[in-house]
Amino acid sequence: MKITLNVNATPHDLELDPRTSLLDALRDHLDLTGSKKGCDHGQCGACTVLVNGRRINSCLALAVMHEGDEITTIEGVGTPDHLSPLQKAFIRHDGYQCGYCTPGQIMSATGMLNEVAEGWPSNVTADLEGDTDLTREELSERMSGNLCRCSAYPGIVAAIFDAAEEDRPGADQKSIEEKRVAAE
Amino acid sequence: MRSFEYIRASKPEDAVRSGATIIAGGTNLLDLMKLEVMTPETLVDVTRLDMKSIDADDDGVRIGALVTNSDLAADPHIRRDYAVLSRALLAGASGQLRNKATTGGNLLQRTRCTYFTDTSQPCNKRDPGSGCAAIGGKNRILAILGASEKCIATHPSDMAVAMRALDARVEIRGHDGEIRLATLDDFYLLPGGNPEKETILGEGDLITSIHIPKPEPGKHIYRKVRDRSSYAFALVSVGGVLGIEGGKIAHASLAFGGLAPRPWRNAELEHALVGQTPDAALFDRAADILLADAKGQGDNDFKIPLARRTLKAALRELTGVSQ
Repeated sequence: MKITLNVNATPHDLELDPRTSLLDALRDHLDLTGSKKGCDHGQCGACTVLVNGRRINSCLALAVMHEGDEITTIEGVGTPDHLSPLQKAFIRHDGYQCGYCTPGQIMSATGMLNEVAEGWPSNVTADLEGDTDLTREELSERMSGNLCRCSAYPGIVAAIFDAAEEDRPGADQKSIEEKRVAAE
Repeated sequence: MRSFEYIRASKPEDAVRSGATIIAGGTNLLDLMKLEVMTPETLVDVTRLDMKSIDADDDGVRIGALVTNSDLAADPHIRRDYAVLSRALLAGASGQLRNKATTGGNLLQRTRCTYFTDTSQPCNKRDPGSGCAAIGGKNRILAILGASEKCIATHPSDMAVAMRALDARVEIRGHDGEIRLATLDDFYLLPGGNPEKETILGEGDLITSIHIPKPEPGKHIYRKVRDRSSYAFALVSVGGVLGIEGGKIAHASLAFGGLAPRPWRNAELEHALVGQTPDAALFDRAADILLADAKGQGDNDFKIPLARRTLKAALRELTGVSQ
């Protein structure tokens, strides 16, 4: 079946068997191997990408169903020369050991921070109609769809908090940078 | 995964195809297709149909079948007036899955019974007449109410439990274009001798929306007990709405997850609560009614006392009576 997939703001014409998952289309047909295949059943989160700005498991999606959607992979959020704030924070905080879950962690955290900014509640939010504050408990709950078998969670959590701080409206970027330099 | 024909529906009529399986979010269906537990020959993708709105007024809310679980949980009307539904949705799955899974698809989730998903095992639901390996097998997560000698599977949805407590009705478009409404009580079938037939949906039927009447003022809770604190199915869950007037329970609607082949509700239990002053003895009586016909299968015997304690904890929280 012939389809066009918009990935990282570039259209790609593809001829795919309808069985092809979005993950396999990205990895095996477009050579975008940043998205990883862990469990292939939606349990580990290593394959997380953004579709129209929202994080999903690309292993539980058929590529043919995403024609017309805007797909963003880890290759689309930053490059080695221009890393995204989350990518930089993962390096600063050593938010990985083997690195296999890292693209999924970063894509999931990218989507998750958007959800917090939109005021979405979570299972641990006390007041459904109150403000959304990214506490430690909130972060763990909202990132529970991403597993790290190396258990690098302390670094992952620190990295996401760090990037979230930089992302916060009205954040004092200068003092954040000074604190970072001091810490290093 | 077995090969299939893919068809993209551009109007509801396109969903009416002999032998076709409908796909929307696909988070459960694609998983089961990879395992070859489900092997549809034709998949009709309905995600381009116009069924994505949430329309609320003073009488209730109409939720399009394609509204994602995350959009529904975050909707301001749902958070304010149907909080048990937001709570139940947020207690289920992960952020990624909630962004893809739809309202209609969530209702049609298949059981997570491990014998259902293992094609090397007999399972009357997957392969009618082959037997049930869960009876006498590993059945820790399976049913203590509503099961049969053919099947002891549980329904996995949290969302459907909240909807059952909220008297939701499913809007179904029939193959002839006729629209009908079914309560969740009517929508879900008990396994009996035919566990492969889980709902009243027939060939060509399409879930188009869910209608929920506005609940009476009261407290909403969804209490879920599970093996992990996030991203795990319920062993036992209780969702409901309860109102108190003049120190007595004015109305109560409670539904239960993890216990039965469908979201469970017990009218006798609710009648026993209404008009009464909430106290520990009343809560015990409610649990006695809920569990009068409960039957453990060995590994899942623990669900009987767990359901009792979870219901009592839910009632304490709903009424503010701690003794």
